[in-house]
Amino acid sequence: MSEKTPFFEIRNLHAKTEDKPILKGVNLTILPGETHALMGPNGSGKSTLSNVIMGHPAYEVTDGEVIFQGQNILELDPDARARLGLFLAFQYPVAIPGISVAKFLKSAADARFGQGTIKPSQFIKQLREDMKFLEMNEAFINRFLNDGFSGGEKKRMEILQMLTLKPALAVMDETDSGLDIDALRIVSKGVNRMVGPNFGLLVITHYERILRYIAPSHLHVLIDGQIAMSGGPDLVKEVEKNGYDWIREKFGKEVLV
Amino acid sequence: MSDTETTFKLETDSALVQEYKYGFVSDVEADQLPKGLNEDIIRAISAKKKEPEWMTEWRLKAYRRWQKKDYPKWAKVEYPPVDFQDIRYYSAPKMNPKEGGEIDPELARTFEKLGIPIEERNHLAGVAVDAVFDSMSIATTHREMLAEKGIIFCSMSEALQQHPELVRKYLGSVVPPGDNFYAALNSAVFSDGSFCFIPKGVRCPVELSTYFRINAKDTGQFERTLIVAEEGAYVSYIEGCTAPQRDNNQLHAAVVELIAMEGAEIKYSTVQNWYAGDENGQGGIYNFVTKRGHCRGANSKISWTQVEVGAAITWKYPSVILEGDNSVGEFYSVAFTNKKMQADTGTKMIHIGKNTSSTIISKGISAGESVNSYRGMVRILPSALNARNHTCCDSMLIGDKCFANTYPVIEAETSTAIIEHEATTSKISEEQLFYVQSRGIDEESATSLIVNGFCRDVFKELPMEFSVEAIKLLELKLEHSVG
Repeated sequence: MSEKTPFFEIRNLHAKTEDKPILKGVNLTILPGETHALMGPNGSGKSTLSNVIMGHPAYEVTDGEVIFQGQNILELDPDARARLGLFLAFQYPVAIPGISVAKFLKSAADARFGQGTIKPSQFIKQLREDMKFLEMNEAFINRFLNDGFSGGEKKRMEILQMLTLKPALAVMDETDSGLDIDALRIVSKGVNRMVGPNFGLLVITHYERILRYIAPSHLHVLIDGQIAMSGGPDLVKEVEKNGYDWIREKFGKEVLV
Repeated sequence: MSDTETTFKLETDSALVQEYKYGFVSDVEADQLPKGLNEDIIRAISAKKKEPEWMTEWRLKAYRRWQKKDYPKWAKVEYPPVDFQDIRYYSAPKMNPKEGGEIDPELARTFEKLGIPIEERNHLAGVAVDAVFDSMSIATTHREMLAEKGIIFCSMSEALQQHPELVRKYLGSVVPPGDNFYAALNSAVFSDGSFCFIPKGVRCPVELSTYFRINAKDTGQFERTLIVAEEGAYVSYIEGCTAPQRDNNQLHAAVVELIAMEGAEIKYSTVQNWYAGDENGQGGIYNFVTKRGHCRGANSKISWTQVEVGAAITWKYPSVILEGDNSVGEFYSVAFTNKKMQADTGTKMIHIGKNTSSTIISKGISAGESVNSYRGMVRILPSALNARNHTCCDSMLIGDKCFANTYPVIEAETSTAIIEHEATTSKISEEQLFYVQSRGIDEESATSLIVNGFCRDVFKELPMEFSVEAIKLLELKLEHSVG
């Protein structure tokens, strides 16, 4: 990627919701092949950042840019961002009653890759394989999307969608929260299948344990709407070993939890 | 009785304008009676249809009852009083192919444009069609094949000529002429509609369908349909409706009666897409309809499925009287309102026989500045031991200027009844839209997907091909209702 057309770059991002400023100048660059972890206490703006990247209408960007595939995506609707190859794995996926997983995923794949580019038979075959890989029961294919799913099932469904839509950059918003070790292993297996030289990943998390499953190349700590600390493999190791309480302490006691 | 009147906020203030693709007018020479209503007009209608004298008398009696009635004011709809003297009660195409003449090519073109092939060479394989244009049925297909099985499928006018004894036996036996204001009016002036008779033990091999088209200006359409299924018979019937786009209101006051004898089953599906008026509420059809089924015999079943997406005002409660023991009544409804449309629709399930059961699934979707009300009654009489009812009525709001109301009434006069009632009102949620859009699906398609999911329980009750049509139609109606 040249300087002029960065793959993914957040520049001086400021955002608010209901007149409350949450992001106060976030800067972050991800190159293809990199996996970044973003940690931070509750209320630091982690979920806001993921929502703003995807374009949630409840947040208002007051300053800054998010560049993806060479353009400022803040001007685009969420669906246009997704079609560019951006993906958000939701922390709380919503249910769409009456729409089956198969129908939903086919509609999404058609939107992403173009109507008619994937044959239905080929699509279902691939979907079955991916489901098997994620150790999901095939019956899920006909269930209504996230309707009555357990927390773990919803998270796996997010990863299944990611595998289906093959994004260039994925943001995982606390996908690990509430997962038991087994589910975490399966989810990580799915994510690691995506990782490669043409894929960028931002893993937002509250807990250091996921770092053992998804090895990040970079780690950032978000505190009060700003990246307070960034580092490479050394910082990852340090946090994996000792947690990140020490970083919080370092930035003063107004940062709680 | 509960009355939940709710509005929600959503940023969807765009123009709720969309094309009504059936809004064209056909240039067909018409044989019309003058505007206005009096006994002479009724006699003239009856004479035009060459009806037996008892029928003329029946109409006049209904007219006299109508004159003593006042129009219903309890519905959650508002409209200026209708001037019944300013309506034309009879308008029929001059060239009547059923009397040996050729079909007016303009008529054939009209139905072709509507996607209803009425000429023999274009017949749809699995569907027999009766095409009603203003006051007259102009073509009925598949008749010979049906006749071989003893099935009668013809227009009401023809039935009065060819099977007067059957009509006399059943007409008005479910909806008496004095039932309500609009039923009385219909009984006095009804023009055409379909008559279906399925003899004992016969399973009708094709879908029977009637397509209603209002064309002439200032003309009301007074459809009268009667379906009788004898012991053990089965029939699936489909009704479709459209009208030209005009800036004055037109009246469609229909009466439909269904009779199911022992072990018989009638499945009645409607897709109503009358012109709904413009964004200012100008024009559109007033759809005042009385539809009622009677499960007369034991183990009979009547099922109403309706997809109501048109008409300026809809006032309609397809009901079932469950008289036969173990009889089953069903009502599945999707009502979509937009712009300034008003719909007050629902059902009545009257349980009389033992072990009778009924199911009500109602999905109301309101957009624009529309008002969408569900009104239902479940009545369990003392004789209806072990009766059961399950009701689920859900409302969805698109935008912040529309209304959804539910008025359910439950009257149980036996302690053995089991009645379940669920109701929800929700706005199409920002979170759902964001989620679907985040997968690359644009806002309009996302809305349509969510609404289709919401309506699924009703759409799956429609005959297969009809269900596809209904989904497409709803998608079309949803265009520009968000964004």
